[in-house]
Amino acid sequence: MNSREITTQISKAADFLNLKKWDYGASFSNDYSVQVDKGEAKQLKASQKQILTIRVWNQSNLVGITTTSDISESGIKKALKQANIASDFGNKNESTEFSPLAKDPIKDKEVKKRNPVGIKKLLTLLREAEVKLIESHESIKSVPYNGLSESFFERVYANSEGAFRSYSKSQAALYLYARAEEKNKKPRSSGSVKLGYGANDIDIESCIKEASNKTISHLNYSSIKTDKYLICFSPESFLTIINAFSSMFNARSIIDGVSLSNKNSIGEKLSTEALNIYDDGLHEKNISSSPFDGEGTPTKRLCLINKGRIENFIHSESTARIFKTTPTGHAGLGSKVSVSPDWIVVEKSEESFDLKTSLDHSTYDGEFVYIEELNAIHAGVRASQGSFSLPFDGWLYKNGKKISIESATVAGDIKYLLKNIVNIESSQEVTTSGISPHIWVDELSITGDA
Amino acid sequence: MLSSQIKSNEIVFGSCNKDFLEEIIFYGIGLGADFVEIFIENTDNSSVLAEEDFITSVSPSFGRGAGIRIFKGKKDGFVSTNDLTKHGLMRSVSQAIEMLDITDNKREVFNGLNEHRDYSLSKKKWINEVPSIHEISEKLLVSTKSLKKNNKIITRKGSYSRNLQEVIIASSDGTYVSDIRLHQTVGLNVIASDAQYRSSGSRRFGSSGMPNEFRLWDHEKSANDVFESSMNMLYADYVDAGQMPVVLANKFGGVIFHEACGHLLETTQIERGTTPFENKLNEKIAHESVTAIDEGISEGSFGSLSVDDEGMEPEKSVLIEDGILKKFISDRAGELRTGHKRTGSGRRQNYSFAAASRMRNTYIAKGEHSKEDLINSISEGLYCKSMGGGSVGATGQFNFAVEEGYLIKNGKLTSPVKGATLIGEAKEVMPKISMCGNDLELAPGFCGSISGSVNVTVGQPHIKVDSITVGGR
Repeated sequence: MNSREITTQISKAADFLNLKKWDYGASFSNDYSVQVDKGEAKQLKASQKQILTIRVWNQSNLVGITTTSDISESGIKKALKQANIASDFGNKNESTEFSPLAKDPIKDKEVKKRNPVGIKKLLTLLREAEVKLIESHESIKSVPYNGLSESFFERVYANSEGAFRSYSKSQAALYLYARAEEKNKKPRSSGSVKLGYGANDIDIESCIKEASNKTISHLNYSSIKTDKYLICFSPESFLTIINAFSSMFNARSIIDGVSLSNKNSIGEKLSTEALNIYDDGLHEKNISSSPFDGEGTPTKRLCLINKGRIENFIHSESTARIFKTTPTGHAGLGSKVSVSPDWIVVEKSEESFDLKTSLDHSTYDGEFVYIEELNAIHAGVRASQGSFSLPFDGWLYKNGKKISIESATVAGDIKYLLKNIVNIESSQEVTTSGISPHIWVDELSITGDA
Repeated sequence: MLSSQIKSNEIVFGSCNKDFLEEIIFYGIGLGADFVEIFIENTDNSSVLAEEDFITSVSPSFGRGAGIRIFKGKKDGFVSTNDLTKHGLMRSVSQAIEMLDITDNKREVFNGLNEHRDYSLSKKKWINEVPSIHEISEKLLVSTKSLKKNNKIITRKGSYSRNLQEVIIASSDGTYVSDIRLHQTVGLNVIASDAQYRSSGSRRFGSSGMPNEFRLWDHEKSANDVFESSMNMLYADYVDAGQMPVVLANKFGGVIFHEACGHLLETTQIERGTTPFENKLNEKIAHESVTAIDEGISEGSFGSLSVDDEGMEPEKSVLIEDGILKKFISDRAGELRTGHKRTGSGRRQNYSFAAASRMRNTYIAKGEHSKEDLINSISEGLYCKSMGGGSVGATGQFNFAVEEGYLIKNGKLTSPVKGATLIGEAKEVMPKISMCGNDLELAPGFCGSISGSVNVTVGQPHIKVDSITVGGR
């Protein structure tokens, strides 16, 4: 069945079951991936997957939901019946409705959909990449974590009031994590990830170069003394921190009491006036962009922090109604509708007078710690408390020398971090999770072995 | 048998599908595969969330799918699909064969499937024995109410999930197995707040194959435990960073062994060349006080199974005995590629993952000391009562958050501290586990890795690590 046929099928089955109000979200995907091990194909994977999530409203206007991979006629009927049963337990304390924007026009964005290159081509490309990476430096002995994949998928939202949205696209991903070994030293590992609309769009050479350079740059390592340091966050690591604490901008988290913000936090000063942060799912560089969210609300650019102050929260339909505003296109369909950011864009505002512009990661010759990548986010972030303690890959710059840091963590508090931003560099870099310049923060605690 | 007479163009759960499955396997072998494996599942899951004094989410789900794995030499191709018709499965076999680019004329022999090993016979009633949504909701609401012990508790949550998975596994070595797996888990979480101070507390419980277990869960005791933990940590100072001896509590304290050492003993790590223990079999890799076990047979434990996802009954594997490395955790691909015999540890989240060598119930065996012996032996250090999550980097470095910690001074527990993380490397820390307590207990958890998220148990008695890096502020 295609998405129109599924909608018709759900509509018929709902009529039969006397269910007047329903909506659904669905995704259909075909994925192909390869992994290699020293020139040999290791595992080749293909999957065909379909997921259908149906919500129904009962006569008391309570919502029930069911998710299934069975989109046969009988599967759809069963899903509707189960959702109807679940609606008896619907949340009486917080109602859910269709998004008022579910039929609004969607901002056109050119959909770059590629044709599959096929498993054999993926395998050839990955084999070549592995060889080149190993040959790039004598210390690189293997690429233990690698993969090249391409995905083709369609997403659909429809409801009983006639809303119908659908889009299809393709996406490819390459990751290469190399392992370098030198005599009498610990093995070192680093890597790179690149995305593209198709396998042929991925900049494989830059992925190899980046993985190689990063791995090699960690070969000469040393422990770091536990102390407070001036820190330069790479664009990727700063975006990791912002995403980890995005509950500060999340209306769902605020209602649930797990955010550092509250309903009155709009206008609260969090940082230097030089800082702007947007959520921009439709940004032209966002390969994973989606034109609408799980409730059918169009995706849009939204300012979260304007000149250091909280400007907006991200919303679903129900949180927007509670906050007396409009949905922002950040909902995920579920029994309890989730809210999450799409793609974070960090910028320097026009009010950048208080920044120490001499702090530039490529020219500054004082002592600082450069954090390239933060790890173990799920374990080291307490979003509801605002604290973090995270292992990282990075370097200590001291006396004109750069040395890789062995086994250290950076710890602090997100509000302290934002308040202590001392420079926002001018040029932004595109990463897989957003766009940001390098960000400098004063006085963060680093724990090391030395 | 009546069921054996069923002829269908689609898999029928609860019936004999032998002819159907043999036809698919013959097809794959005929196309040149060395080995064909079919994994088919039918799931019926539900979850319930209570927040404060309301049920805020009830989420049922069901689904079906198949994973087809073809080996040619040491290479394998894996295809997953929701199409369980004969045509759909044969198309998946063809796709896997095509991916592997099989061109030789060598043909393996397939002698048909062995006698059906049906582990599901006594389990078919489970679906009727598990608590209803109504019953779950009532108990969760009572539980969240129990958490409301003072006005510093600002968020209360109770969650329950039930996964019922019916599987059929057939492969060209004759394996033909059916099983039903039931996993239930329930958790409580609170956030406490007072002025600028904040803390949280959480506990999770879980079982496998015990439909009545949720009814027996002592929610009051759990609520007291979570509340007490959050209150103890509410005004805690941040820990000072440094090297120090630590005592890790039993139960979920075992997550460190699981993450930092257990994963390095899976054959997938040997395949990648990422374990420092690859050539250390029968060598000392840990302190002689350490014996570590991985097994899938403890009744009711979250990581237990009647049969693994490759159709092998799980064994009890002594991984480390008195500090000596004795065994690796292995699956079919691991045996093929590394030579380590299968241990009944081939596991996957669902049909869309190929099985891989994964831990089940993994724990450090009990020793002879009391918890007090361990604490009394330390003049200045840290007691990690409750561990959060953690991770292990590509070169074996681990990092774990301490959810509830206390300073040890002159052999006594003193003030609570927050913000601690334990940092180290397994091969350096394992020799420093110098004392093991006599109070082994297990705790359920979810482990995410190459074949998805699987249910596991971690565990240990109280253990003492002579020196480890503690991250703080």
